[in-house]
Amino acid sequence: MPNPTRIEINCETGVESIIELTDAEVAELTYQAELAAEKKAEEDAAKAALEAKKLEVLAKLGLTSEEVAALLA
Amino acid sequence: MPNTFELIASSTVGSGGAASIEFTSIPATYTDLCLKLSGRTSSTGSIYEWVYIKFNSSTTGYSYRLLQGNGGNGFGSYSGTSQYSGDIPDGTATASTFGNYEIYIPNYAGSTNKSFSVDAVTENNGTLAIEDLVAGLWSNTAAITAVNFTPRNGSFVQFSTAYLYGVKNA
Repeated sequence: MPNPTRIEINCETGVESIIELTDAEVAELTYQAELAAEKKAEEDAAKAALEAKKLEVLAKLGLTSEEVAALLA
Repeated sequence: MPNTFELIASSTVGSGGAASIEFTSIPATYTDLCLKLSGRTSSTGSIYEWVYIKFNSSTTGYSYRLLQGNGGNGFGSYSGTSQYSGDIPDGTATASTFGNYEIYIPNYAGSTNKSFSVDAVTENNGTLAIEDLVAGLWSNTAAITAVNFTPRNGSFVQFSTAYLYGVKNA
């Protein structure tokens, strides 16, 4: 099965080329996608942890999010 | 403010799809660049897919701030240091729908770091659709001579189009 292709447009000449990705480029794409997925998972986890921490503090104070929002308004 | 748009080049993806679309040898004769993309990817599973941007083949120095409306979960603000630049529909979205993505790059040929902004919406006949407002930065002082767009997963499908405009004073 051939590798995917990419489109390259030379703005000086107007020539459009359709170029098959090299194996290295395919591997790089796969690697970058995996890296991004890992990073996104880390960011989501950090955000969830922060939200959980906020709720924990609110619970200690005996306040709801709405009450805190009203105080800060 | 620059007010004249001039089409530099355009491309329509053919039947085989395209893993990326890249404009090279961009002339430095304009003040700003604007690229309009009508796109959809072949990947499946998320309804939408990230579009990575790459200037001058560089994969480092990128950061972004994102305000995102999400038909499924309200809205949120995010930030990161990847080449993320917005979202377009993937193969799970309503068939034959394409997302709108527009990026504006001021002072692209200057010698300071390069900022850019993106306004993108996916399209989907369902609850989950995405709207992105992205403020991006490429921390690199080189003049931009090439711009590459690559979906994180999958390829741009047939009939995806990209139009690159140069913007300058009349």
